Amino acid sequence: MHELAVTESILKTSLEYAEKEQAKKVTDIFLVIGKLSSYVDDSIQFYWDYVSKDTICSKSTLHFDRIPARMLCLDCQTEFVLTDDLSPCPKCGSARLKILTGDEFRIDSIQIEK
Amino acid sequence: MEVKKVPIVKSILSANDQVSYTNQKLLDQKGIFSINIMASPGAGKTSFILQTIKILSVNRKIGVIEGDTAPVTIDSDKMTAVGIPSVQINTGGDCHLDAMMIDEALKQLDLAKLDLIIVENVGNLICPAAFKLGTHMNVLIASVPEGDDKPYKYPAMYRGVDVLILNKIDLLPYVTFNQDYFLQGVKMLNPNLKTFLVSCKTGEGISVWTDWLAEHLKAKKK
Repeated sequence: MHELAVTESILKTSLEYAEKEQAKKVTDIFLVIGKLSSYVDDSIQFYWDYVSKDTICSKSTLHFDRIPARMLCLDCQTEFVLTDDLSPCPKCGSARLKILTGDEFRIDSIQIEK
Repeated sequence: MEVKKVPIVKSILSANDQVSYTNQKLLDQKGIFSINIMASPGAGKTSFILQTIKILSVNRKIGVIEGDTAPVTIDSDKMTAVGIPSVQINTGGDCHLDAMMIDEALKQLDLAKLDLIIVENVGNLICPAAFKLGTHMNVLIASVPEGDDKPYKYPAMYRGVDVLILNKIDLLPYVTFNQDYFLQGVKMLNPNLKTFLVSCKTGEGISVWTDWLAEHLKAKKK
């Protein structure tokens, strides 16, 4: 639902960095999004085409690097990749888990032409 | 023509995060504790706030920020009726409050006269989880008639909160709600989540919550 606000935020940051570099055009945006962040790629892309129109980001491509959710069991120290949102530790069954990766939600870089 | 890759490595919501940080700093300077109440529509956010105010406003000065997607003042009118200063935010269709809206709302409250600010977020179990407001405590209200499967369906919301209120427990005899199944899901997502069982209708359990919150406020002041 809030992908529009998120997309506007991506545009704002991209333009800010592109202007600093005196870019003529932004061709690619590289995003890193963890599996636990509930964002829909298609939806961000849809809004992106709309909000970036008439800016130097127009027609740029969004790349999504999806990071798997790696968990650490706090009871037996096993590390494992979460397959669905509510799996306990596969070794000891504990639910006391710490998120190691998977909650990322950042702009990694942009590619520009000057 | 030169092609260049420019590193950014910045959270997508960093602008919001930055404002939430300044909001919290302002609240800390004024010695105000603040709570962000989140829930699905109809879980009982407004009733819960009114019940909390009824007990705590005896010796604490409370202000309320109400978030709604439509230009209505139904909730803030209820606060005004019990003598509580309140600000109504109309998000204009947006599904969540963000830090900028709270920044605006704080300007409309007389902060020198408040100890506690309660923010009622837009009724939604997805979007508010991602937007920090700068409040000190995130409270989620679940309610019995919503069903016992909600932790399993909205994991991000359950993962990010500090306190869980299960409301409408007076309905437990009448609806199918497996409390063990519900709490098992909660435990998996947020193992040490402080949980209170209440009924805003009968008042059951409310004083356990307000006693705990009062102690928490006292500890925070020191």
